[in-house]
Amino acid sequence: MTLSLGKDLLSLEALSREQIQLVLDTAEPLKEISERAIKKVPTLRGATIANLFFEASTRTRVSFEFAEKRMSADAVNVAASGSSVSKGETLVDTARNLEAMRIDMVVIRHGSSGAAAFLADRIQSNVINAGDGTHEHPTQGLLDLLTLRDRFKKLDGLKVCICGDVLHSRVARSNIWGLTKMGAEVAVCGPRSLLPNAIESMGVTVFDRIEAAIEWADALNILRLQLERMQAGYIPSLREYNRVFGVTRERLDRAPKDVLILHPGPMNRGVEIDSDVADGPHSVILDQVTNGVAIRMAVLYLLSGGKASLADAAKSGGADS
Amino acid sequence: MAASNSTLLDARAVDRTLRRMADEILEKNDGTDDLVIVGIQRRGVQLAARIVSSISEREGVKIPSGALDITLYRDDLQTVGPRPVVGPTDIPIDIEGKVVVIVDDVLYTGRTIRAALDELADFGRPRRIALAVLIDRGGRELPIQPDVVGKVVSVPAGHRVDVFVKELDDKDAVILAPKEQAP
Repeated sequence: MTLSLGKDLLSLEALSREQIQLVLDTAEPLKEISERAIKKVPTLRGATIANLFFEASTRTRVSFEFAEKRMSADAVNVAASGSSVSKGETLVDTARNLEAMRIDMVVIRHGSSGAAAFLADRIQSNVINAGDGTHEHPTQGLLDLLTLRDRFKKLDGLKVCICGDVLHSRVARSNIWGLTKMGAEVAVCGPRSLLPNAIESMGVTVFDRIEAAIEWADALNILRLQLERMQAGYIPSLREYNRVFGVTRERLDRAPKDVLILHPGPMNRGVEIDSDVADGPHSVILDQVTNGVAIRMAVLYLLSGGKASLADAAKSGGADS
Repeated sequence: MAASNSTLLDARAVDRTLRRMADEILEKNDGTDDLVIVGIQRRGVQLAARIVSSISEREGVKIPSGALDITLYRDDLQTVGPRPVVGPTDIPIDIEGKVVVIVDDVLYTGRTIRAALDELADFGRPRRIALAVLIDRGGRELPIQPDVVGKVVSVPAGHRVDVFVKELDDKDAVILAPKEQAP
């Protein structure tokens, strides 16, 4: 029985526990490649990948680019500004044009929820969702799972609290799906204005006080508070937010045990997280970045076997020795 | 009706053969200087560990050893279908200028060794690379040959050679089996 991911990676909601496990287990040995003298394996030689970033991103884009290069794929970056997208070309036309140039995979970051799935239905290339609107950011969810599993050696029964703007966060959604499928207990903590209605129906606990969340949790995944949220009236002020929900050294010191600190970045130091927490001994924020490359290498590798156009024709025979 | 299995090497024969291979490696290298043993995932790694401990018993020197998983260097990954599982690679020392002995269980087409040579080159430039295999079953598709061989076996059509190691399979043995039967 050989497990696969299929053609696309669109969400963690669509993956089974076994498929998530497969990505994590594949990423683990790939970490070592980034430590070699020559940080490159020939696995995806000859594959072409388009990175379509319709929204600003540094970390995710660079992480995908490193992953693609370390797997020997040829990658092109298409940003919305400065491309035909800014001249009014539709998403599907952009993708079809890239496909006409024989692109094998598309990595897409888009402001609209469902953009990656829309594309995946219309092109033969593998599609990887690098964040779509407020829907999901599956590779971020996976790298968070890998970082947690590295530290705790298991995910089953782990208590993870996602803190902050859960309402607008695709990272939160991917984490909730991924963590619950892997058997972790998930909670969220933030102002009620930034929590989705009926969030409890996703199987999560809600904490209104950050102190209670810290006391409960093995790990906190602290989301970035988007500064626009203040103008939109979701919170009264950044200072107020930090005073009530900020993760500070004092608050962590009062916890009965050490709590692992994750943050998907970019951080607002002094708003959702204080500097001495972000740089403290229990922060794994930079491990998340390192793991991100390995997770994306794993996803590229696993999807490279799932090309829709060829799936029926080709046999999956392998060499014996 | 499938033909029955036949044992090519039992546990004691595997042990004897590995000890002899260890001696041959030492002889060819004139001792343990600069020697690094690298096993290929999976069963090559366990065989390599036995060779290392045999050398250490004899010479009183623990030579460095590592593990190589060649999955990402396979030449058949262009085919479509579920991707093979990637195992851990661990080359714990700098192999630049060293004598690296690759250890594998069965040498057949030579494609695994081709992949291993490419992968090793990404870790550095050894002075020399040698190949030690427990079983050479012929059937090469590439110009690759072993330097140290445990046993040469000719395999009838429709058969394959299975190597069992006690770390993974609860027994040490080399068995000739009809192909359609799962190990």
